[in-house]
Amino acid sequence: MGALDARPIGASWGGSRSAAEVRLEGLRRVYGSTTALDGLDITIHAGELVALLGPSGCGKTTALRLVAGLEDADGGRVVIDGRDVTHLPTSRRDSGMVFQAYSLFPHMTARENVAFGLRMRKVGVAERRQRAGEMLELVGLSTQADRYAHQLSGGQQQRVALARALAIRPSVLLLDEPLSALDARVRSQLRDEIRRVQREVGITTLFVTHDQEEALAIADRVGVMRAGRLEQLGPPTSIYSQPATPFVAEFVGLTNRLAGVVTGGAVDVRGIRLPLIATDTPDGPAVALVRPEAVSLAPALDGFNGPLSGTVIAVSFLGAVSRLTIDLGDTTVLVQVPTAEAAAHPGGSRVRIALRLDPVLITREGAQGRG
Amino acid sequence: MTAVAVSETEYVRRPLGGRLRISSAWLGAAPFLLYTGLFLFLPTVLVAVGAFSGPHGPTLANLAQLSRPYVVSAFLNSLVLSAVSASVGAVVGSVLAYAVATGSPDGILRRLVTAFCGVLSQFGGVTLAFAFIATIGTEGFIVIWLQQHGIRFYPNGVWLFSLTGLTLIYTYFEIPLMVIVFMPALDGIRPQWREATETLGGGTWHYWRHVAGPLLMPAFLGAWLLLFANAFSAYATAAALLDIGGVIVPLQISRALSSEVGLDQANFAAALALGMVVIVAIITLLYARLQRRSARWLPR
Repeated sequence: MGALDARPIGASWGGSRSAAEVRLEGLRRVYGSTTALDGLDITIHAGELVALLGPSGCGKTTALRLVAGLEDADGGRVVIDGRDVTHLPTSRRDSGMVFQAYSLFPHMTARENVAFGLRMRKVGVAERRQRAGEMLELVGLSTQADRYAHQLSGGQQQRVALARALAIRPSVLLLDEPLSALDARVRSQLRDEIRRVQREVGITTLFVTHDQEEALAIADRVGVMRAGRLEQLGPPTSIYSQPATPFVAEFVGLTNRLAGVVTGGAVDVRGIRLPLIATDTPDGPAVALVRPEAVSLAPALDGFNGPLSGTVIAVSFLGAVSRLTIDLGDTTVLVQVPTAEAAAHPGGSRVRIALRLDPVLITREGAQGRG
Repeated sequence: MTAVAVSETEYVRRPLGGRLRISSAWLGAAPFLLYTGLFLFLPTVLVAVGAFSGPHGPTLANLAQLSRPYVVSAFLNSLVLSAVSASVGAVVGSVLAYAVATGSPDGILRRLVTAFCGVLSQFGGVTLAFAFIATIGTEGFIVIWLQQHGIRFYPNGVWLFSLTGLTLIYTYFEIPLMVIVFMPALDGIRPQWREATETLGGGTWHYWRHVAGPLLMPAFLGAWLLLFANAFSAYATAAALLDIGGVIVPLQISRALSSEVGLDQANFAAALALGMVVIVAIITLLYARLQRRSARWLPR
């Protein structure tokens, strides 16, 4: 936060400008016979960071491009700060955008790139230079101001792109998978950097990604999309622990699919009765979706051969935690435990699993009608 | 101190390895060097030597002849013809290339246009001259057909067999050549640059003025230079089309070489050729100067 300790962000950000609310109302976009966006409604509160998460082709990038005005909506409205901008050209939407990669103008230095938007707004040379300098300082690149894009690393280029988008003091910041072209280490650093800058500036931000870890780590709220529709919008914790649909449960984080039977508002899975997130679920065969960390391990008792015992067939070391694959005979289960604990269960050892009594989500897809 | 020992060993070994690498690299480049030596360097030297030679040894008389009015006029004609046909070719060709480059990269239009341009850019000489004579010559079928409908194709006199006609015919192969040489530069322009310009408040004009224009300019000038040299050195089309010899420099050279007036005419031809070499060299140097600016932002 060095840059802003010395200079309050209000000063460099344009004084009293307050953050804007962004509303996407019933947005539709159709390409030929494909509906890319099918009535998307999201309100991004002033100063909030919302991440749109989903697989390729789910419509998340289309939504972002409609907000930017880079594509025209076939229906619905985009409202920024109370103003309907649906039919305004991109250049008049007052949005700053960071692209996936290679968006810096290669014939301009970092400083000239950052000052470009100000130049378009006919800001004087001296002020342009000063504000570009401030923005580069904000993203920690003031020493690289005179370098060209090819002289900067991928992460540095994206930070310049962020500074360039922010330099025009837009109402909304749009980030189109800005980390996807970077390697893992730079990715997580820049992710934190983007969040820090977004908080300091207090700008309303829409962040599009297909990386669930990125979305959960950076956003105030995450919107999970599928086939042009919003499946669930909520804080990262509720998206993870209280998924609204089986798609969300399976797309966000890892999930075990365990066959069971719903009776009386709970599901019986391998002899264990788990509470349901949706208690009004009708009775019948179902598949319970159980997180790997909701499964725990114990050494198998001698001669014990019940539905909860199995053999460790794979151990994946993930750092502080490890993921074990347990063969239960008729299915396999992923279990996530601290690495120290995993060491007690090497491949081939017999184990017994236990299920934490967290409320679970069920799906009828693939249910076999047995408990 | 192990590290020092290792680096010393490498230091001792490297020059030997380096020398070996260099010699194999030279070996690989040998066909190219042989080719440019035989077909570029040697003819240039022969032309230069010939330009300064006469029947009685070294002389400046051949070069002095370059100041004769009809020679100066031929050089001016050649310069204007090449500059105009290169400029028209470069502008029209780049617009056509842009139209094609913005379409689908694997589309039928692109494949068709590049294939056609590949053929048409190499279409020249007597065949091309005849094609124009057959279509818009005094007895050309378009001229006759229009006449039958009461329209005069040449109301102010036939211009096909003049420099104007030659300029038109040259643009015929200059445009497709431009499409071919300029397309890769257009393919290098990323759509994000236009979108970034728009989100930063710029319009189409700003994009071309500040982003695409400066980025494409080195390639555009390079292509223009190629087109210029292509027209400057073209001979056969002009020879087939124009009755009067010596209007442009290549025809002057031809006339000097086939003349039976004096023995030193071959040396005069060499002086004319040297003049052409000098002009192309000057333009290339100007281009290199401009290019140096873009070298700052091009990855090395």
